[in-house]
Amino acid sequence: MKVLKLIAVAACILALSVAPAMAAGTIKIGAILAVTGPASFLGAPEAKTLEMMVEDINAKGGIDGKKVELVIKDSGASPEKAVSFAKQLIDEDKVFAIIGPSTSGETMKIKDIAEQGKTILLSCAAAEAIVNPVAKYVFKTPQKDSDAVIRIFQQMKKMGITKIGVLSSNTGFGGAGKAQLEKLAPEHGIQIVLSEVYNSSATDLTAEVTKIKAANVQAIVNWSIEPAQAIVIKNARQMGLTIPIFQSHGFGNIKYVQAAGAAAEGVIFPAGRLLVADTLSDKNPQKKVLESYKKEYEAKYKEDVSTFGGHAYDAMKILQQAIMATGVVDKEKVRTTIENMKGLVGTAGIFNFSPTDHNGLDANAFEMLTVKDGKFAVLEK
Amino acid sequence: MFLELFFQYLVAGLTYGTIYASVGIGFNIIYNTTGIINFAQGEFVMLGGMTAVTLHAFLPLPLAILGAVLITMIIGGLIEVAFIRWLVKPSVLRMIVITIGISILIREGALAVWGEGVRSLPYFTGNEVSALSLGGVRVSPQVLWSIGVCTVIVVLLNLFFKFTMLGREMRACAANREAAALCGIPTRNMVTFSFVLSAGIGALAGCVVSPITYTQYNVGTGLAIKGFTVAILGGLGNSMAAVGAGFILGILESFSIWVLPTAYKDAISIAILLAMLFIRPSGLFGNKEAMRLKDF
Repeated sequence: MKVLKLIAVAACILALSVAPAMAAGTIKIGAILAVTGPASFLGAPEAKTLEMMVEDINAKGGIDGKKVELVIKDSGASPEKAVSFAKQLIDEDKVFAIIGPSTSGETMKIKDIAEQGKTILLSCAAAEAIVNPVAKYVFKTPQKDSDAVIRIFQQMKKMGITKIGVLSSNTGFGGAGKAQLEKLAPEHGIQIVLSEVYNSSATDLTAEVTKIKAANVQAIVNWSIEPAQAIVIKNARQMGLTIPIFQSHGFGNIKYVQAAGAAAEGVIFPAGRLLVADTLSDKNPQKKVLESYKKEYEAKYKEDVSTFGGHAYDAMKILQQAIMATGVVDKEKVRTTIENMKGLVGTAGIFNFSPTDHNGLDANAFEMLTVKDGKFAVLEK
Repeated sequence: MFLELFFQYLVAGLTYGTIYASVGIGFNIIYNTTGIINFAQGEFVMLGGMTAVTLHAFLPLPLAILGAVLITMIIGGLIEVAFIRWLVKPSVLRMIVITIGISILIREGALAVWGEGVRSLPYFTGNEVSALSLGGVRVSPQVLWSIGVCTVIVVLLNLFFKFTMLGREMRACAANREAAALCGIPTRNMVTFSFVLSAGIGALAGCVVSPITYTQYNVGTGLAIKGFTVAILGGLGNSMAAVGAGFILGILESFSIWVLPTAYKDAISIAILLAMLFIRPSGLFGNKEAMRLKDF
């Protein structure tokens, strides 16, 4: 018995001494993603994308000869969990950088933690507040929601729409979108007649839509990322509302189009070009990146790509490129490299970072899309 | 315009109401035979919807729904046999904790089986945009299906409890378990049967509302909270009352949106639940005297 105990202790010591030696040759990257829960359609493709990329990077010998070790934490879209995972990744796992979280609410909660822990955070969430004001270590890969709003308003101007009704969910994403819509409406000559917030877990929105109908608006803008965004359009069309419905860039998942079926036809929304990669002209600088990501992902997971997985793809790509360009795995130096990175072609657009812009994308990163015969298509101008 | 709006909100309220009521009924059956609230009731609704979507891939819709209801009934029965049946005079608290555990178990199981995706059955008639126009007020045909199915369930349940031997035995079990056992009624089987029955009703509800609300592995909890609210509001143990309370709550929520910001909708239903528990815990249609005789 004693011998057995001794062997066990010896084995433990051996394991302990081996672990750091192994870690020295690896780059540990943490990821906090909403793999399950209400925002799982964001987190799940993001996690799958990262796993795919890391597998690929390691198969090709790693970044600068160092293997990547990926630690994915499933936050279930809960800001509280995101906070404890962020602390755990920074203090205990001592990760080099964190990718995620998937949602804006979670990112805002851990912004300061990353800043104090001097750890690079590449958020996959959309809200502008993540990078405005700029925090030294915090970056984000999705397009800014203010740019999405600007593209929507420009489109409305073309269509002669001036009076709109706004619906948004009570999440970080919905709240941030609502704030941008209300802020930017006056300068684009748009009047928001009605702005209503609904519960993100709503199962039917007929009454909300009735209120919009009564307000006699020319268009509806809905800002949410939950199944509710498919429910809204269904309820509006059932009620016989024929006015144009605009959605946020959160609509960029074909599952919602399938869920809303016939009601999704004609919905207008801004999105990255990933969804329409095959219809782009060969001259488009993004085409090659988009097609290769789409092909790899769809071959591996047998499901359609969504723009959200693309945000994780861009985050990993930025990190990989920055580490390679810097030549050393040093948080401080890699951070500076990211901040000065120019012309990186990603799935969301072409990234041009600067010390004052930690997003690096402009309104051109968005394309106005619509739904035609159950598929995404570029909106005819 | 005013009248049209009034009826449109009413229709919205009826839509909410049928969803809540069809979930609420299930709570009452198990409460009647065991005296506990089955917090996994929402999960039965989810299981029904999810299973039906899966079966619908290779079966016609009616068969898929029938299959989903049967499968969920079997699961409900198995759960009772595995977790509840062997307990000797369990306390109310222990039973509640067990059912909460079961609900988490089913939810995580569903996540493992179906993943996190949003699914839905096709509309029974028409599609996502079709609606019947009743003098300017538009109703989705699926809402009428829900109301119809809800009504049929209630009528059949009442007939079952009043006129069949099994139904009477279940009621005897509800009124006084020990006396029922003394009369030779296998009370344990009655409890199992109540789980099977409420699982079946939950699953059917899950199938009917699935095109309206969508189904995801975690919808059970949200539906259960609303179902629980209407079960309490109507008076625990009374299925007919649950339906009435469902419509009252749905309509109140819907009309609250007319005058208040929509963000308050859920606050209103919770406020009603709390007020009810303080002022009249026996429910709107419940009997105060009968309530005093129950443990919970």
